[in-house]
Amino acid sequence: MAVVAPNATEIRGLIRKAKRWDVIFVSLGIACLGIGLLTFATLFLDMLIDGWSRLNPEFFTQFPSRRAGQAGILSAWVGTTLVMLVTAFFAVPLGIGAGVYLEEYAPKNWVTDIIEINITNLAGVPSIVYGLLALGLFVYTFGLGQSILTAGLTLALLILPVVIVATREAIRGIPGIIREGAYALGATKLQTVKDHIVPYSTPGILTGVIIGMSRAIGETAPIITIGALTFIAFLPPSPISDVPPFVNFEWLKAPFTVMPIQMFNWTSRPEAAFQHNAAAAGFILVLMTLLMNGLAIWLRYRLRKNIKW
Amino acid sequence: MGIAMKVTVAACAAAISGLALAQGALVKIDGSSTVYPVTEAVAEEFQKAEKNAIKVTVGISGTGGGFKKFCRGETDISDASRPILKSEMEECAKNGISYYELPIAYDALTVVVNPRNTFIKSMTVAELKKMWEPAAQGKITKWNQVNPEWPDAPIKLFGAGSDSGTFDYFTEAIVGKSKSSRGDFTASEDDNVLVQGVSRDVNAIGYFGYSYYVENKDKLKAVPIVEKAGAPAVAPSLEAVVNGSYQPLSRPIFIYVSAKSLDKPEVRKFVEYYLTHGEKLAKEVKFVPLPANAYALNKDHLAKKKLGTVFGGVAEVGIRIEDLMKREAKM
Repeated sequence: MAVVAPNATEIRGLIRKAKRWDVIFVSLGIACLGIGLLTFATLFLDMLIDGWSRLNPEFFTQFPSRRAGQAGILSAWVGTTLVMLVTAFFAVPLGIGAGVYLEEYAPKNWVTDIIEINITNLAGVPSIVYGLLALGLFVYTFGLGQSILTAGLTLALLILPVVIVATREAIRGIPGIIREGAYALGATKLQTVKDHIVPYSTPGILTGVIIGMSRAIGETAPIITIGALTFIAFLPPSPISDVPPFVNFEWLKAPFTVMPIQMFNWTSRPEAAFQHNAAAAGFILVLMTLLMNGLAIWLRYRLRKNIKW
Repeated sequence: MGIAMKVTVAACAAAISGLALAQGALVKIDGSSTVYPVTEAVAEEFQKAEKNAIKVTVGISGTGGGFKKFCRGETDISDASRPILKSEMEECAKNGISYYELPIAYDALTVVVNPRNTFIKSMTVAELKKMWEPAAQGKITKWNQVNPEWPDAPIKLFGAGSDSGTFDYFTEAIVGKSKSSRGDFTASEDDNVLVQGVSRDVNAIGYFGYSYYVENKDKLKAVPIVEKAGAPAVAPSLEAVVNGSYQPLSRPIFIYVSAKSLDKPEVRKFVEYYLTHGEKLAKEVKFVPLPANAYALNKDHLAKKKLGTVFGGVAEVGIRIEDLMKREAKM
């Protein structure tokens, strides 16, 4: 027994040491998180304080103007919202479709390997490259013009790799037994994918969509390249009308501007008053991103509740 | 998914078929960011005056980018902070685009130093050249190397980015060759960055458009410029620019109007509005308006269908607006 006693102290010492390292690591982690949060909070607050005087209802209902006090973001926020709608409309189904195919159906050979490597690489291509591609392809070859449709398609291309990669990761996270269980009950491949794989991977896919859309909403370079405007004091035609067929897609080909362009234009003005407009617009842009993400997070939460495993 | 794809296809079809439809009365303008504030002000007032029956859009692609679109026939009017170049004239000619060249205001490039700088009373063009020419790179780093009367202190240079018309004009006017400048200075396309830089460093010197100086007068000191030895030092001001004594750094800025577009009533109305109210609005956004008769002469040129450019595709500095308006235009 005399041998055990020193051993016990030794072990306690070891445990203490390990616990000390735990504390150090946790504090380091909290410090990292704190730095990130503090930076963001400072920037966010700074924008809020700077732009506070401009954050009134008129700011949202007025068009740009040469007078800082009368200038608003109406054309910019409407433009951003519509472009984001088009982007999501194309990027989400295409991205999920491609991801599901690559993960579930594609034969495992060198062609698939090359496609995989390319998709991963595409996620890192600078956005201006997409802008130039879109200028040649959508604006001139397809003749879609400098329109909301072109901008939405361009940003959809930009975030497509992100959505595809996220979809594949989410599908890989589903335990093999789910698939096996479905097959064991006699489900076809389509049934397995439709009723199990895609629904169970939706939360993961939504995370990818959030990341992609958050990137798209702040993009300026490709949007400027395809010919977004700076001064535009009218809105696209309404998608709903009172004459049959009651809906129209005229707005897709309307000229437009987006929030980051409006903001950039204001920061480069000589008059100091425009800097407040820029800060206020920046604050709203962050809020729009939060709102969009909030919606996706809420959807993800609802969907997760339905997963029974 | 199936439904989503069907809707996608339907949306595409609708969008593409819809593209053929007319857009209504629309005036499309693109081009220089320097000219933008003036055109924006005119567009804003014009739309109000027309009760929004005519829509105007203004983009900022830069003078060069603007001409590319203009010569492809995509825009009605191009904002330009320098005259059209030979290559751009050829491009326009190839596509059958003829145009009117209308000077609409002056921009006075302003050389500024920090307000705490006590030794700079004025600078000659030769001194500025010594400071900014390519040969100065890495060699001229102290104020006393430019002028022995100035102190032995480092020079901190702030200038326009190489993509801007401001850079082109400053180098042309000071160094004698467009785009020929030393490279070791703080360059920015955003003039507010340059304002900040000069206002924070007592040894700094920089140049940018007059409006940025006017808006930041409390943080900057404008340097009077001596054009040639023996000439008086002239500070930038409305009067000095209009009477032509602020040389060689004052330059006219232009709008180019496509002749084909001018046949459209909405474009003609807009251009006429521009020439009628341009003087007042240019002043409001801190540009130097042309003498009143220049706007009348512009209208006269439109009426007499005086197409083309008076520059022949080469950049020039230090021209008086009166002489400019008398010249014969060529396509």
